[in-house]
Amino acid sequence: MKELVAMLEIKNLSKALGERPVLRNLSFAVNKGEILAVTGPNGAGKSTLFKCAAGLMKPGGGKIFLDGRPVKRNSPEVKRKIGFLGHEPFLYPSLSAVENLRFYGKLYKVKDLDEKAFELLRKVGLHYFKDMPVRSFSRGMIQRLAIARVLLPEPEILLLDEPHTGLDRDGLALFNGILLEKKAEGAAILLITHDFSQVETLADRALLLKKGKITASMELRNPSGRISVGKWYEEAVNAG
Amino acid sequence: MMELIRDGFVIAGKDLRKEWKTKETISVMLIFSALVVLVFSFAFDPANQTVKTVIPGLVWLITIFSALLGLNRSFASELENGCLNGLRAAPIDPASIYIGKVIANFVLVLFVQMVSIPVLFILFDYRFAGSLLWFLATVFLGTYGLIIIGTFLAALAVNAQNSEMLLPVLLLPLLSPLMIGAVQASAAFAGGENMESAMSWIQLMAGYDLLFTAVCLLLFEYILEDS
Repeated sequence: MKELVAMLEIKNLSKALGERPVLRNLSFAVNKGEILAVTGPNGAGKSTLFKCAAGLMKPGGGKIFLDGRPVKRNSPEVKRKIGFLGHEPFLYPSLSAVENLRFYGKLYKVKDLDEKAFELLRKVGLHYFKDMPVRSFSRGMIQRLAIARVLLPEPEILLLDEPHTGLDRDGLALFNGILLEKKAEGAAILLITHDFSQVETLADRALLLKKGKITASMELRNPSGRISVGKWYEEAVNAG
Repeated sequence: MMELIRDGFVIAGKDLRKEWKTKETISVMLIFSALVVLVFSFAFDPANQTVKTVIPGLVWLITIFSALLGLNRSFASELENGCLNGLRAAPIDPASIYIGKVIANFVLVLFVQMVSIPVLFILFDYRFAGSLLWFLATVFLGTYGLIIIGTFLAALAVNAQNSEMLLPVLLLPLLSPLMIGAVQASAAFAGGENMESAMSWIQLMAGYDLLFTAVCLLLFEYILEDS
């Protein structure tokens, strides 16, 4: 049996925005080569959790471990290992697709930058549009480019907040293929999504976040007696 | 340290490339400075000798207000598509974001000065009688101080509702000592009078610049923080 090595471990993470507690003593781990889906109703704290894990927000309490070592905030070594795809694409509208990738590649100290950037643009199907300004891109094309931006530094941990948004059928298949490829390479992937079919296709485990707490979890790679994710979600959300 | 500066240049390069493509900010800054020069050339009689004494002040008036236009855009443009978060999530020291913005703003303001100051001198038929080198050093030190504080405060104000109004309100009082020194020193070096006393103004400006460079670099990380 394959040994499970925790790549990202979150222990007793808490966060309040103003007076309102958003995350309450969250603890879980994502292993190498695992896709963990985090789902839950709006306002459950999913995006805040990702922002804390990506170093964009200061946690109120608790610890985050990366590859067994406690995460020091603003540490470039830690940030280099994390690929974060948030609600926004982090792309400059007036720059072209390749200029955006070059810029982030330089910040992430990517070697053979041009070669990797062109390869990724080909992979996400944007190589014909590489010199076009992002401003002229459709929502789906922007999402494809944002995915290329995240993958460029070859991160060991992927934090993906609703990454399927805006993608067409081809885009979905392409992106899922990329995620499974990254998983096979040993990346730990944490995925926020409300799309249960994607959870079933991709995830090894699913967690339900409700009012800042993990209230249920589900193993998806053990088919014996498994119910659908949609049914599990309904039951878990309505319980208590 | 080298990495900090290298990352700063990468960010500045990106900002200047964006500006080169869109010319959004520089065009507004140039139009503003041209209008100021034009209005003042009509308001004052260039033949009147006493008017010459206000020219160094006009140099700094153009510099401050055209810089404000650029500074306001400097961080506000990063809010589009969440790019500021992209920079914050990148494996770089937060101070390099600040350094990058300072370099880009400095280049833009220097460009505006390179165009507007000679035009101002020509329109007012100003005869340069002092030391050009020291005059340029004064312009450099004054502009650097303005950009150092302005960039810091632009980052501080970017998430405020009325950031465009907040920036001048915060910036102008803080700039007073620097601008008094800059106007006095540039008047002395341009006119060729009281050059010795101007040296103490230069020292004040250099000290001010050093102090605020250190303070802004140290504090920048905290103002970028998202609660």
